[in-house]
Amino acid sequence: MAKIKSSEITPEWVYLSRRKFMRGVGLAAAAASAAALAACGSQRDSPPAPAAQPAPASLAAPPTVPGSPTVAPTPTAKSASAAEALTLFADITGYNNFYEFSTDKEAVARLAENFKTSPWTVAIGGLVNKPLTIGVEDLLKKYPQEERVYRMRCVEGWSMVIPWLGFSLAGLLKEVEPLSSAKYVRFETLLDALQMPGQRMAFFPWPYTEGLRLDEAMHDLTILSTGLYGKTLLPQNGAPLRLVVPWKYGFKSIKSIVKIDLVDQPPKSLWMAMAPEEYGFYANVNPDVPHPRWSQASERRIGELGRRRTLPFNGYAEQVAQLYTGMDLRQNY
Amino acid sequence: MRATASAAAGSRSWGTVAQIAVHLAALAPLALLIWDALHRNLTANPIQAITFRTGKTALILLVLSLACTPLNTVFGIRQAVKWRRPLGLYAFLYAGLHFLVFTVLDYGLDWVLLREAIFEKRYALVGFAAFLLLIPLAITSTRGWMKRLGKRWKRLHQAVYIAGVLVIVHYVWLVKADRREPLLWGAAVSLLLLLRVPAVRRWIAKIRPRIRHA
Repeated sequence: MAKIKSSEITPEWVYLSRRKFMRGVGLAAAAASAAALAACGSQRDSPPAPAAQPAPASLAAPPTVPGSPTVAPTPTAKSASAAEALTLFADITGYNNFYEFSTDKEAVARLAENFKTSPWTVAIGGLVNKPLTIGVEDLLKKYPQEERVYRMRCVEGWSMVIPWLGFSLAGLLKEVEPLSSAKYVRFETLLDALQMPGQRMAFFPWPYTEGLRLDEAMHDLTILSTGLYGKTLLPQNGAPLRLVVPWKYGFKSIKSIVKIDLVDQPPKSLWMAMAPEEYGFYANVNPDVPHPRWSQASERRIGELGRRRTLPFNGYAEQVAQLYTGMDLRQNY
Repeated sequence: MRATASAAAGSRSWGTVAQIAVHLAALAPLALLIWDALHRNLTANPIQAITFRTGKTALILLVLSLACTPLNTVFGIRQAVKWRRPLGLYAFLYAGLHFLVFTVLDYGLDWVLLREAIFEKRYALVGFAAFLLLIPLAITSTRGWMKRLGKRWKRLHQAVYIAGVLVIVHYVWLVKADRREPLLWGAAVSLLLLLRVPAVRRWIAKIRPRIRHA
């Protein structure tokens, strides 16, 4: 298995982020109170960056100091920054839930090694004025990549902090001009059992399908990602193009997307089809709504030993809670 | 039946070897776990890996201990009775480690979280019940307790059947989607319990000589 040693990755990253660190010292001090809170284990979202700060996107992640969470928010990521240390590259790329390859998280990277991610086209259609089929390389030219440091909370009870590269889904959706009848967005993963051996597991209704309400899809936090840690996305992380919706359980962030359709009915996701009583359409991170079989009150951050309390909307309540005002989140799990 | 005489002659030395093999095989997973822990080979989520591995080993050993009696009564392998106690006790050892890892290492004895975890996670509840059931069985596994309890000892130790079923339920409930493996272990436990039904035992004993001669 071609494992990338953390020694090959981290130093480069530390090197890149160190320069940013020198410029970010003032900012970090400004957010020191938030850091103190985070250190006490009752971490909250850091406040948005008080001032725009010029820095190339690839340098825009906070430096990581083991044991002491840093809170310098990235200028491009605005409120999206996470006040916690980044998860190791080796863990993000070596511990993956991607059932298309395997249900064994440690086996995915190896099985996905030769997955063909180029050429790759995405078809955006459905209830739109201007349907579009576009290659990923053209998407990259059209939409500048920015870095977003997001928490990722798996429905199984573990979490990571990932420096994604990507672009806002809203921009792409505006380009195709959704009709007024479009209320939801449906996403679909590639169906190719030859390349994705997990798709031979016949009891899953492949291809993987996910859905968002249109306003969720248009939200500033929702991105299509093409990379992480300043590098092109690897197959095990959903290359070449995946969704990232940080306030929802990880399974909503569908990988290796080939199709995006605007529709008028809530799409039925693969997990809703598999176990409707366990997985609903919304799947917002919510410590107060347990999975029918296990608690969601706490989580383990990969790389840490203890447990953290899970935050409502994965800590993004300030930005997204208003999307759900008046809704019973126990009913709409 | 024909093989019994010759088997008896060599059974003592063979029996000792088999006994030692049982102990080594039961301790090997623990040695491997310690080795992997020292070499940081326990995935990105090491506590979960330790929990899974100790739990799985406990399950396997429990199933093997349940196999000993049918091996003797149905298949005539008398040696197997001697493996029952060590296998059962090793199963308890791994179940204890599994429980300690969950409560201490994973939850850091955080009572609020643990209470939530145990009462909200029904799989944790049945697993805990199975572990509690095994405690009196482990304590009364000695020869002294066997004598002291007499006929009641057997009745008490039949609680392991309930523990076996609870452990399977625990496993089925904790997997997210792919239930093939827990159901396979469930089939094994069901088969081993079925082989204890007197009618089934008698029926197999009747057809067994025919199978041998075939």
